[in-house]
Amino acid sequence: MWNEVRGLRDDVDYGTPPSNGEPVTLTVDGVEVTVPEGSSVMLAATKADRAVPKLCATDMLEAFGSCRVCLVEIEGQRGYPASCTTLVAPGMIVRTQSDRLAKLRKGVMELYLSDFPESEIPDGWSEFHRTLEEIGINGHRYGNGRNHFDLPVDDSNPYFLFDPAKCIVCSRCVRACAEVQGTFALTIQGRAFESKVAASQDEPFMESECVSCGACVQACPSHALVEKSLFPGGYERAEPT
Amino acid sequence: MANSINVFVPRETSAVSLGANEIGDRILSLAVNNKTDITLIRNGSWGMCWLEPLIEVEVNGERIAYGPICIEDVADLFKADFLKGGDHKLKLGKVSDIPYLKNQDRWTFKRCGLIDPVSIHDYCSNGGFDGFTVATKMSTAKIIEEIKKSGLRGRGGAGFPTGIKWQTVANASGDQKYIACNADEGDSGTFSDRMLMEGDPFCLIEGMMIAGLAVGANRGYIYLRSEYPLTREIFSEALNSAKDAGWLGKNIQGTGFEFEIDLHIGAGSYVCGEETAMLESLEGKAGIIRYRPPLPAIEGLFGKPTVVNNVITLASVPDILIKGGDNYATFGIDRSRGTLAFQLAGNIKRGGLVEKAFGITLRELIEDFGGGTATGRDIRAVQIGGPLGAYFPENLLDTPLDYEAFAELEGIIGHGGVVVFDDSVDMAAQARFAMEFCAIESCGKCTPCRIGSVRGIEVIDRIVANKNRDENLKLLEELCDTMVDGSLCAMGGMTPFPVRSAIKHFPEDFIHPPGAKN
Repeated sequence: MWNEVRGLRDDVDYGTPPSNGEPVTLTVDGVEVTVPEGSSVMLAATKADRAVPKLCATDMLEAFGSCRVCLVEIEGQRGYPASCTTLVAPGMIVRTQSDRLAKLRKGVMELYLSDFPESEIPDGWSEFHRTLEEIGINGHRYGNGRNHFDLPVDDSNPYFLFDPAKCIVCSRCVRACAEVQGTFALTIQGRAFESKVAASQDEPFMESECVSCGACVQACPSHALVEKSLFPGGYERAEPT
Repeated sequence: MANSINVFVPRETSAVSLGANEIGDRILSLAVNNKTDITLIRNGSWGMCWLEPLIEVEVNGERIAYGPICIEDVADLFKADFLKGGDHKLKLGKVSDIPYLKNQDRWTFKRCGLIDPVSIHDYCSNGGFDGFTVATKMSTAKIIEEIKKSGLRGRGGAGFPTGIKWQTVANASGDQKYIACNADEGDSGTFSDRMLMEGDPFCLIEGMMIAGLAVGANRGYIYLRSEYPLTREIFSEALNSAKDAGWLGKNIQGTGFEFEIDLHIGAGSYVCGEETAMLESLEGKAGIIRYRPPLPAIEGLFGKPTVVNNVITLASVPDILIKGGDNYATFGIDRSRGTLAFQLAGNIKRGGLVEKAFGITLRELIEDFGGGTATGRDIRAVQIGGPLGAYFPENLLDTPLDYEAFAELEGIIGHGGVVVFDDSVDMAAQARFAMEFCAIESCGKCTPCRIGSVRGIEVIDRIVANKNRDENLKLLEELCDTMVDGSLCAMGGMTPFPVRSAIKHFPEDFIHPPGAKN
């Protein structure tokens, strides 16, 4: 009902939560769109049918700005601001596509791919895979570098498992546990490349403060957190071809 | 005490690391043996690191210096009657006559080395708190006007106009505002924040109070890096002295103004020198970058309007109030007004703190003040502005030190750290180090920095090992683009600066690496 009132669709992920405020009109790729003050450029772009590729944004969570995929060009502004963390302003002129943006997005996705199990790319159907298709990249030039492929799967919980090899450290699970569920069982432990999702004091999910609500599983865009019921014969990472 | 001789031995990290504490103890015990009455005063450092430990004796109202002293020299000094200014091979004469110091423009560091840092009496006898007193009689608009007129820009590295920042916070609405001082000083080869806090801590306190008056903040926080334990000791003593003397707390000196300062210690993270990560850490959270906008000036510490300023920026303020913003602006060139406390480090003969008006050239700094390399070999590269700064080759040394002149050459002035390398440096290894530093210090939030820096190391390794060198050079260039344009903050965003400068100015080290076997 609230989506209807706001002119938003239930089956679309606008990237950032809706807000209430005075109407603001801006232009996205030449298309005029009006959204309430306090909306993100990402929400406006999605409403204008000019959705920007994204990974760490989802409209049940506050914007985070970490994946750097949703970058856009805004007239009068230097650089490439993230559309999820940039608020709309009256008369703003936004470009969601350009050669430079295409190159940047490919550059970012290529870095993600360099730390994602290659065998899991071809048949994947997660949001991460859809974004790879949208941006048009499925391989990388970084060879066999440092990675997280050897981290063990945590399948302590009867309903879902966590495979750190497929984690893209977008923090959607951490934010869902905090903002949606309010349990605060998850955190990002460590710094830099060592950053990893940890439950409570880096314990198996089942022993942590996790209450098995599934918000993190719903939020995860790469199927690192995934329901066990999707793997009737047991979970196994795809074999390298 | 009548006839007690004042002997000054610095209590400052570099001097102490060279034995200043032991020297002070030895001087005291030998004086006791000789039944000579001396008063040992632990002053700050004058910033001439190659002369440390530099001790002074007050003789007929003048201070005569000796240095660099080691513990074995002390007995000799007594034999040479140094307490009466006797001749000795390490006698330097009056510190103020030493060209290195004499040729500086000491605006911010005027009391460093001169006074006992934790003595309120010394501070007040040398212009201390005069700036605050002047400011209490001005409107907030007038204080900010003086700062704007001075042209003071953030000395932490970003160079943002301080007056505009204060204006933004003054205009912001909020029931509580804060002054947050960034004393994380993580850049390689930098030590000006440390020296100021160890040598003239009340100056920073006064600067924060004036900022509080200007924007309507009654509370300040200082974020001091954990790697500065002696600074913490000295500054804590200074805070207590200030409180005891009524210069901090409620109704300061009857002005009705209230100000309290909390000293908070970091935990070994370079990225906590970035203002938003610093604020997160001050709030007790992990030092992770916040996206901007909103600016900390509007939504900062605990969500309140906050002035975030570097130590030197704030310490430059009291004299701007005393002498006027116009006076400060007479120093410097173009849009780089005032002075910067440059720090000469690395392979340098005379390393130390050189406060000079903007406009001096790199060469004048490194050769006239610094005396060239410590090894005596040719200068090959100079990194200015910290680990995210570009490397300049010898033929760029005549560039004037000015924010915009450096930006035009794809370099930065940053916090003023100048690290010198001689011709034995391997610039491909330095480029690799830039990526390695980023990989270690990254907060981990954004992909271009967290993963990009790790890949940067690996790609440079392949280039140096001649594995698909041309393709990897191209890949490195594209990776640099992704990091510059995609990163959430300057950690990832500026790591490509030293890398690109190394490739541009020293390409031979990537093709024929000094240590490689091909």
